[in-house]
Amino acid sequence: MSLWNRHKIFEKNSIILIAGILVVIAIGGLVEIAPLFYLKSTIEKVDGVRPYTPLELAGRNIYVREGCYLCHSQMIRPLRDEVERYGHYSLAAESMYDHPFQWGSKRTGPDLARVGAKYSDEWHVTHLIDPRAIVPQSVMPGYPSLANTEVDQIDMEAHLRTSRVVGVPYTDDQIKNAVADLKAQVDPDSPNLEAFQKRYPKAGVRNFDGKAGNPTELDALVAYLQMLGTLVDFKLYDEKANLR
Amino acid sequence: MTSPSPVAKSMTIGEAVLVPLFAATAFLCLFGAAMGHDTAYVFHASLATVASLAAAFVILNHYYDRPAQLPPQEINGRPNYNLGPIKFSAWMAVFWGIAGFAVGLLIASQLAWPALNFDLPWTSFGRLRPLHTSAVVFAFGGNVLIATSFYVVQKTCRTRLAGELAPWFVVVGYNFFILIAGTGYLLGVTQSKEYAEPEWYADLWLTIVWVTYLLVFLMTLVKRQEPHIFVANWFYLAFIVTIAVLHLGNNPALPVSLLGSKSYIAWGGVQDAMFQWWYGHNAVGFFLTAGFLAIMYYFIPKRAERPVYSYRLSIIHFWALIFLYIWAGPHHLHYTALPDWAQTLGMTFSIMLWMPSWGGMINGLMTLSGAWDRLRTDPVLRMLVVSVAFYGMATFEGPMMSIKVVNSLSHYTDWTVGHVHSGALGWVGFVSFGALYCLIPWLWNRPLYSLKLVNWHFWISTIGIVLYISAMWVSGILQGLMWRAYTSLGFLEYSFIESVEAMHPFYIIRAAGGALFLIGALIMTFNLWMTVKAQSADQAQGAGLLQPAE
Repeated sequence: MSLWNRHKIFEKNSIILIAGILVVIAIGGLVEIAPLFYLKSTIEKVDGVRPYTPLELAGRNIYVREGCYLCHSQMIRPLRDEVERYGHYSLAAESMYDHPFQWGSKRTGPDLARVGAKYSDEWHVTHLIDPRAIVPQSVMPGYPSLANTEVDQIDMEAHLRTSRVVGVPYTDDQIKNAVADLKAQVDPDSPNLEAFQKRYPKAGVRNFDGKAGNPTELDALVAYLQMLGTLVDFKLYDEKANLR
Repeated sequence: MTSPSPVAKSMTIGEAVLVPLFAATAFLCLFGAAMGHDTAYVFHASLATVASLAAAFVILNHYYDRPAQLPPQEINGRPNYNLGPIKFSAWMAVFWGIAGFAVGLLIASQLAWPALNFDLPWTSFGRLRPLHTSAVVFAFGGNVLIATSFYVVQKTCRTRLAGELAPWFVVVGYNFFILIAGTGYLLGVTQSKEYAEPEWYADLWLTIVWVTYLLVFLMTLVKRQEPHIFVANWFYLAFIVTIAVLHLGNNPALPVSLLGSKSYIAWGGVQDAMFQWWYGHNAVGFFLTAGFLAIMYYFIPKRAERPVYSYRLSIIHFWALIFLYIWAGPHHLHYTALPDWAQTLGMTFSIMLWMPSWGGMINGLMTLSGAWDRLRTDPVLRMLVVSVAFYGMATFEGPMMSIKVVNSLSHYTDWTVGHVHSGALGWVGFVSFGALYCLIPWLWNRPLYSLKLVNWHFWISTIGIVLYISAMWVSGILQGLMWRAYTSLGFLEYSFIESVEAMHPFYIIRAAGGALFLIGALIMTFNLWMTVKAQSADQAQGAGLLQPAE
């Protein structure tokens, strides 16, 4: 009996056919995905990487909501021109608390993995409201409504708690103070400032959108953009430790 | 209410289960609409309430109106095919196709003229782009796949579709998913995973619909009257079952609140990236390839009136394609923080994938041997055959772009967009149009209104595709070269914005190509509409003639 004849078992039996399909498609995925959960280079911890502050997380959610990832990557490849244009190549650890990841797949605009602290807050505020006011050739949409919309505070605690369940190590303290921390980060005079800075060391505190009052979506988005890529100090990072 | 019938009428299991289930769902959704935390959630819960009530009403109403006996499995010894859900799905495909192409034209124009974003949240590129991709891939492509699979599985198994309500549940439920997903994007509801943007509740609903789809298809295979399962059905089955696996693997998420739209995905960082592109690439491999190859394996032989070129080649094609495709995902993550070995595996398998892809192409094209002259006279067959040629082109380009050195240039550029569209417009689009040109006349049992218009559609769309992909080749390679260009002193030669500026003419050409493609599809819509309408006029006339005699 030739092999072609043996194949008839699949052709004549739908359940065997579907079982065969399942086995064949399972192999590749298992081999490529399963090891990523225990290999050192994919789960390494790097000094400085911390969970997002509530304001940064809110900003990140706006980044996700507006589909920024469709035109901006957050993944610098270890190629000469990219490292010179954008900075040190991205580490796996730098997106370890990203649910979902925002590496992107297209650069209609530049990579943003290390955009933090490159431009002033004012630059971002003006640019987000009207990109062509600063960069005349830009094709980016303007987002004027961000400036007039306050960040939704109601669920802030729940956002952190949910993030913890999926693997972001927020402490009880951080979760409990989510709303207070959200407000403290835009208010350098806040009485909660010291506690906030203890919970999120080195997080930037200032009025990002330049307007007083409750944090706006513009505050949140700028706070997020300004911290991107700033957590790891590459003067101290040991590149050889996790050769990939 | 109904005419008396010798058999006592009773509800089918489907009717008895679905009516209370939809009533309960309506109640739950009403609660969600009243208590929801965000506008999008409240809007979707309200839509779901109305839809559930309508579904419960329609099922109940149908129960009272229908005769006691269910439609027979056979009439005069011939299978009594269930064509209703197919007709619905085929027209939904046409509708979503036009919508999806139109949004595509809009966002292409936005990249050329950013003022078209209007600086409003729901008209900005970032929200419309997922609307475009979902509308063309899942709404247009998905409806074509569901319609053709339900048709092909019945015909090749010589049996009526399994279930009476279930096929309707699949087609209507699937389009309701599209509605929720699409309106969600406009309102900013997205989990930002490309081609898997819908949030948790839409994903849950899709899971239910998709499992029902799998069951309908599988049960129809099980009760077939033919000893062999026809090759097209292998591909449909692999497409349906693999998409279910991918959907479940990529989307596990924890909602912040059961009364809100936002959720956090279970996977993070590099693991999430790998899951995403395992899903993303196989959405291409199984949704846009295996499913449409099934169309190729049924519609081309049928239209050319020739058997499939080689049965053995199709066996090899099938197993090799589904085995190799699954590995190819990491080529979307070259030079990223994904470990090198995974990238290399992805590249290796992507290159190997060239072989089964071209094996399939050869099998499709050679089916025409002895009937090549038909290409001159039958524009529908020409459309189908050219789609296979585009498939061959895209599946050569893909493996090439997956080579790491090539990818270092092409990744993040418009070249990728061009590659996707040579596959999506040339292969998926044309094979779908070809299938619809066959299917609609078969379903309504009428000749196609005009072959001449098909010819116009073919040429206008082909010129559109050529404009589109050549513009993207030039802009993509230009972009890639500008980003890595150095001056003689060793500095980067161009700022990023200079590369954006250089894209402008190509973005205009691309939009023009998209406009031609849309015009072609509008011609098709008119043609198909006239095909169906001609019959209803005929029927009305026939009925008018028959009435006095009764």
